[in-house]
Amino acid sequence: MSTMTLALTDSATMLRRNLKRMLRYPSMTVLLVGMPIIFLLLFVFVFGGTLGAGIGGPSGGRAEYVNYVTPAIILMTIMSAVQGTSISVAMDMTEGIVARFRTMAIARVSVLTGHVVGSVIQAMLGITAVIAVALLIGFRPTAGFGGWLALTGVLVLMSFAFVWLAVALGLASKTVEGASNVGMPLVLLPFLGSGFVPTDSMPTVLRWFAEYQPFTPFIETLRGLLMGTPIGNNAVIALGWGVVITLVGYLWAKRLFNREA
Amino acid sequence: MTFAITVTGLRKSFGDHLVLDGLDLNVKRGNVFSLLGANGAGKTTTVNILSTLLSADAGAVRIAGHDLASEPDAVRASIGVTGQFSAVDNLLTGEENLLLMADLHHLPRRDRRRRAAELLEQFDLVDAAKKPASAYSGGMRRRLDLAMTLVGSPSVIFLDEPTTGLDPRSRRAMWQIVRELVSSGVTIFLTTQYLDEADELADRIAVLDHGRLVAEGTPDELKRRIPGGHVRLRFADQHGLDMAERLLREASRESDALALRVPSDGSLRALKGLIDLLDGQAIEVDELSVHTPDLDDVFLALTEQKVTTR
Repeated sequence: MSTMTLALTDSATMLRRNLKRMLRYPSMTVLLVGMPIIFLLLFVFVFGGTLGAGIGGPSGGRAEYVNYVTPAIILMTIMSAVQGTSISVAMDMTEGIVARFRTMAIARVSVLTGHVVGSVIQAMLGITAVIAVALLIGFRPTAGFGGWLALTGVLVLMSFAFVWLAVALGLASKTVEGASNVGMPLVLLPFLGSGFVPTDSMPTVLRWFAEYQPFTPFIETLRGLLMGTPIGNNAVIALGWGVVITLVGYLWAKRLFNREA
Repeated sequence: MTFAITVTGLRKSFGDHLVLDGLDLNVKRGNVFSLLGANGAGKTTTVNILSTLLSADAGAVRIAGHDLASEPDAVRASIGVTGQFSAVDNLLTGEENLLLMADLHHLPRRDRRRRAAELLEQFDLVDAAKKPASAYSGGMRRRLDLAMTLVGSPSVIFLDEPTTGLDPRSRRAMWQIVRELVSSGVTIFLTTQYLDEADELADRIAVLDHGRLVAEGTPDELKRRIPGGHVRLRFADQHGLDMAERLLREASRESDALALRVPSDGSLRALKGLIDLLDGQAIEVDELSVHTPDLDDVFLALTEQKVTTR
């Protein structure tokens, strides 16, 4: 069997293993998908009236804010899912079965790609649930078929990038408890960007940070594809960040996994 | 090729802590080779290196005809490892664990289920096949662990302390399984801290102490290395002890009891002579026991020196 076929076959096997594990331990998935939905409801119904009025727009108020905040919540869903990746990777490393995998003539990277693809699928399911809830509470995207297709592509790329980073973070943390904390900045970063309020309402230093951190182009791209707001060069910057984060995550994860226990 | 494993000059340190100090060993094909040593002697490090988990600092290793350093994947394809810590997926059922191994060994589709069913049968796990491994007892978990190791039909199997922590019944069951494996022609590299286990299973035993082999041979050869057995005499009082000590010049006193150790081969003739001698002087003996050397004596004798000099 060629190296490539071996890697694909073994990755598929590991993916089946991870999907089964997700089904056996559903509370984690429920928690990871539930958190962004709670944030969505919180922001729309608790803060939405006031924040929506501040944003302005044709209708103003809560109805306006659902459309503004949903892209940020979608991004938050990905960050939530990747926290789960760090935890399950760290958990896996504490179990003897990974040592067994290392003594077998398999494509080593498949242990990681199984987690990656499993988490991307988990993130996509989470995003679907979040969009469904958003639609129920008044989210009215203007995207056409092409827009949704592009959106799916961008979301898969973002998930893929952050999942690889999360795998590396999970491998780097010494304990499972540690792994559950390392992803925290990823959940908080969307707040320090254009996700919840426009950046021009922020003080100078924060605004500078908000405009240059990777989450803002991600959110602006999602918002543009969903709501038809101008994207400008945000799509290119977002793709660039996606490729960089993927590479850093992948190379770092591979290096950590191949180091000796 | 008559050797399944050859190791020459194997060295490994962790930082400035030397764990393996020039290990040489040869394991014949189809044999059970037991590496015996106390905790921290370097047993697990040896298994980890031989099973490709760790790299050695120096030395050459060949397993099943493949060089460990240059063809690690060929080595991996011929070995199976059951480590000290259970290597099963707790969220999967016993059967799913075996099927996972079958997939990773790229068994043809029609053979996967057959192989899994065979192993469930062989390891007495049919009733538990559909239960998650997390619900298994210690003994069942070890059996599943070993069954998973066998899915790929390895020719060399590493068992790192396979019975540590098992109850006596599970332990005997595991021994029985190992014997059956040997009769099917595989080579087994077994580490243990239990001498009776090595005595029971191994064709050859090597004693590892602080990263060096201090002895190697068949169980009988090792036992023969220890000069004869002895008779232990316990006396009712100091008087009897003193008298006997004057009488039996070659005896040595046990420090913490009113007892003497008299070198003896334990034969009836030797015992009769000893009893007659004591009787002639009317020395009262409370208790007499015959002690033939076992592997415990070998082990203690071989590793004792180091303990006292440290």
